[in-house]
Amino acid sequence: MLKDILKILENDPRTTEKQIATMVGVSAAEVTKAIKQAEKDRIILKYKTVVNWDRLEGDEQVWALIEVRVKPEPEVGFDSIAGRIALFQQVRSLFLASGTYDLLLVVVGKSEHKVADFVSQNLAHIEGVQGTVTHFVLKRYKDDGEILEGGEGVKRQPMIL
Amino acid sequence: MSAKESGHTPKYKLISDRTNALSPSGIRKFFDLLQSMEGVISLGVGEPDYATPWHISEAAVKSLERGYTMYTSNSGIIELRELTCKYLQEKYGIDYASNGEILMTVGVSEALDLAMRAILNPGDEVIMTDPHYVAYDACVILAGGKPVMVSTSEKHGFEVDAKDIEKKITKKTRAILIGYPSNPTGAVMEKQKLLDIAEVARKHDLTVISDEIYARLTYGMEHTCYASLPGVKDNTILLGGFSKAYAMTGWRIGYAVAPKEIIAAMTKIHQYTIMSAPTPAQVAAIEALKTGEPDVVEMVEDYNRRRKIIVKGLTDIGLPCFEPKGAFYAFPSITCTGMNSETFSETLLQEEKVAVVPGSAFGQCGEGYIRCCYATSLADIEEALKRIGRFVKKYRK
Repeated sequence: MLKDILKILENDPRTTEKQIATMVGVSAAEVTKAIKQAEKDRIILKYKTVVNWDRLEGDEQVWALIEVRVKPEPEVGFDSIAGRIALFQQVRSLFLASGTYDLLLVVVGKSEHKVADFVSQNLAHIEGVQGTVTHFVLKRYKDDGEILEGGEGVKRQPMIL
Repeated sequence: MSAKESGHTPKYKLISDRTNALSPSGIRKFFDLLQSMEGVISLGVGEPDYATPWHISEAAVKSLERGYTMYTSNSGIIELRELTCKYLQEKYGIDYASNGEILMTVGVSEALDLAMRAILNPGDEVIMTDPHYVAYDACVILAGGKPVMVSTSEKHGFEVDAKDIEKKITKKTRAILIGYPSNPTGAVMEKQKLLDIAEVARKHDLTVISDEIYARLTYGMEHTCYASLPGVKDNTILLGGFSKAYAMTGWRIGYAVAPKEIIAAMTKIHQYTIMSAPTPAQVAAIEALKTGEPDVVEMVEDYNRRRKIIVKGLTDIGLPCFEPKGAFYAFPSITCTGMNSETFSETLLQEEKVAVVPGSAFGQCGEGYIRCCYATSLADIEEALKRIGRFVKKYRK
C-alpha cells in the first residue's frame, strides 16, 4: 500500500487523500496514517513543485555542476565533509560518485558571480577539500523528470469509437 | 449537374449497395458538434493518453536512419512473428508456428477485416454481442455476411451467455465473434463462460474469432485467452495487437494467429491489398516485445487508479456503473435522467462541455448507457465528473 501511495504522491503531491484512498483501494484514514508515518520515517522528505524559473524574465537562475576532490577523514570517510557541504543552501544536490573526483554538487545561484563566490569563499576553504572544478550549465533540457522546452505533447482525436 | 438534371441515367449507382448498407456512425453529427466547440473535456477518446515509450519509437527511428524502408515479407518480419509466437507461448501457453500460423497486420482492424473476408461466403451469419465495437458488424457486412446480435446486459456484467448464442444459431451461421475485454463496456469474460462458448462452437462447428486487443488491460484478474482453451485451436482466429498495451495506436500494427489454412487465406488477401504491414511499425513492435514489458505494467497500474476514481465518481453522482474489469471504459447507466443515450450526450455536450459516447452507438443494448474513457488525466476526469454531476442533478427524474 505504501509504495502505491508514494508513487501517486511523487507524480502529483496535490492528489488528495480521498483520491489516493480510492485509487489504492483503502480508506482515507489509512492513507493519512501511512503518509504521516512515512513523513516521520523520512521516506517522504518533501512535497515539491518543479518550477521552470527560466520562463520568468529577470528570475533566471544559474546552475553549476561542481566536482570536488576530497581527502577522506579516518573512520568517517567522506560523510563528515559531505554533511558540512550539504548544509549550504546553494547546494541543491550532493553526491559521492566514482570516477576522477569524489563529490558532485549541483549548485544553483542568481548569477555566475554568486556561484563563483560560493566556490571560492565557502567551498574551497572547507578542510579536506583538495580541489574543485566548476562546470557552468549552459542550457537545461530536462530536470527532475520534466522536459523544459517543448514537452507539451500531442492532442488526441476527441472522439474515437 | 446531377444525372437526373442532365437527363442521363447512369449505368451504375455511384456507391455500392454494400457500402450504403453500412449504418453511418450515428455519431457523425455529434462528432461535428464536438469539433466546433472549444474547451470541451472529452471522455470520448478511445486510445491511451501516453505516447509510445520512447525506446520503442527510437528503435523505429533508428531503422529509418539505416534506410530500412522497403517492404517486408507479406506475413511480417520473421523476427517479429517469432517473438509474437514466443510471447503467446509464455503468456498463455498457446503454440503457433511463426511460419504459417501468424500474420502481422495493419492493426487488429485489418486482421478482423481479413478474417471475415477469408471465411465468409455471401449470406453467412456471424453471431456477435450487443453492444459491440462498431467495426464488428461493418466488417461482416463488407465481407458479404450478415451480423446476428446476441443481447448482453448490465445485470450479467455484459458477459455473453453461450445459451443465448446457441439460440441464435441457424443453418447459415458461420462464426462467432467475441471481443473481451470489451469496447465499449469494459467487461471481461470469466473462463467458464468462455469454455461454454467453446462447447457451443465445437458442437455446431463454428469458427470463433476472438478480438483480444485489450488483453493486457485487466484489473484484479488474469485475462483468459480464448485460444488457450482446450481443443479450440483448430477453429479459432485470435486477434491481438500492440495499440493499447504499448500505446502504439498510431503505428497500425497487430496480428492474427490461426490454423494454417486460415492464415494462408488471410495472407492471400493481405498480400493483394496491403502487401505488408508498415515496416517501421513492425520494427517498433519487435522492440516492444523485447523490452516493453515494464512499460505495460506501469501503464496498466496507472489506468487502474483512474478506473477506480471514475467508477466511484460516477456512482457518487448518481450514475450507477457496474465495475469494468478490462479495457479503459466505464459504461454507466443514464436512465435516471429519463433521456436516451443520444439526447443525454448531446445535451451534456452543449450544456456542460463534456463529451461522452452514447451507448446506443454500439448497439441497441447500449441504449440507456454512455461510454466514458478514463485514459485521460486525473484532473480532466475529476472536472468531467463534477460537470456531469451537475447535469444529472438538474435532469434526474
